[in-house]
Amino acid sequence: MDNLLWIFVSAFLVNNFVLAYFLGLCPFFGVSNKLDTAVRLGLASTFVMLITALCSWLLNTYVLVNAPYLRLISFIVVIASTVQFVEMAIKKLSPVLFKALGIFLPLITTNCAILGLAIFATNRGYGLWEGLVFALGAGAGFTLALVLMAGIREEMQYNDTPALVKGTAITLLAAGILSLAFMGFAGLFSR
Amino acid sequence: MLTQNSAPDNAYDEFIKGVWRENPVFVQVLGMCPTLAVTNSAMNALVMGLATFFVLTGSSALVSSVKDWIPKQVRISCYVIIIATFVTVIDYTLLALVPKIHKELGAFIPLIVVNCIILGRQEAFASKNTVYLSVLDAMGSSIGFLFALLALGGLREILGVGALFGVNLFGEHYEPWVIMVLPPGGFLVLGLILLFFNWFKARKPEKSLNPALETPHG
Repeated sequence: MDNLLWIFVSAFLVNNFVLAYFLGLCPFFGVSNKLDTAVRLGLASTFVMLITALCSWLLNTYVLVNAPYLRLISFIVVIASTVQFVEMAIKKLSPVLFKALGIFLPLITTNCAILGLAIFATNRGYGLWEGLVFALGAGAGFTLALVLMAGIREEMQYNDTPALVKGTAITLLAAGILSLAFMGFAGLFSR
Repeated sequence: MLTQNSAPDNAYDEFIKGVWRENPVFVQVLGMCPTLAVTNSAMNALVMGLATFFVLTGSSALVSSVKDWIPKQVRISCYVIIIATFVTVIDYTLLALVPKIHKELGAFIPLIVVNCIILGRQEAFASKNTVYLSVLDAMGSSIGFLFALLALGGLREILGVGALFGVNLFGEHYEPWVIMVLPPGGFLVLGLILLFFNWFKARKPEKSLNPALETPHG
């Protein structure tokens, strides 16, 4: 139980996927200009991460034992089809949510946080529960980073920033300071 | 290969645009994840850049030669599988040749698959052009990417460790700025470089900018 908690906190705060591992930066910079889309994208990605963790565990345990060199190809195929499936399921079950997510759903396929999650979980030899908790923590951390950044950018919109830094430059600098703040969590657990 | 003789200027342009005018990192701001994650030393940046060079050039050559047999509806999946194959090749090659750097880069070698620069070049260029032009375009983009990685990696290593490619530059008395090789340094240094680019562009007279930025394959 202690171990699972550590995995969660580590993926959520200490080794935050976006701010410490630089995974999922495209949506982090692309979608973080409005708060509610940030929240929705974060939740959808978390959901895909959970399914990916389950699928990659199944693949690793039952299929890829004899063919580790096919790992990357099978992971990417699984992620692409999972996203497709999730898209169809959401469309059927909740058309409102489907409409709200829009283009961001298919784009989750190319989010490196998802593939990174599957690869990290494999490299560290996580079991089923550890993998799921890891996915939950990583997804929560991704959502947190996205929401924080969206909050900062919504504030920044009304500030008097110089024309020279407008756009990506100021977002990167703000992300750097945010990442600096997250480094403080490294002292949370001394392990 | 017909285009080689009929339009040499065009071919040169496809190559050079990716290096500078449409630099994937500094101008298009693509491929952020590997750019920031592996540039904590110049050596890692170099290996990552070369690996991406191989994958991008290989996939562009293959995609442009089989583009007529790929059905439109499933093209993205086909591209991804082709890219994943090349990445698997380079992953095992690096593991055999430079195991130490392979370990340091870790998950970021397999993650070349989801580098948006590579998929972007397939979708925007290789799927519509000849093999010759596609390879040139891919080489241009990957050299631009390599250049960006080296600039960032070199700068971060100099500031954060006081060395370049592991060679000490400033001697004993240099106090390393450790934060620059840690994650926040990646964001900060890239932010500052983009700031510099903005300033550089703003300094130039307006007229030289406009026609150059209009590109047919954006």
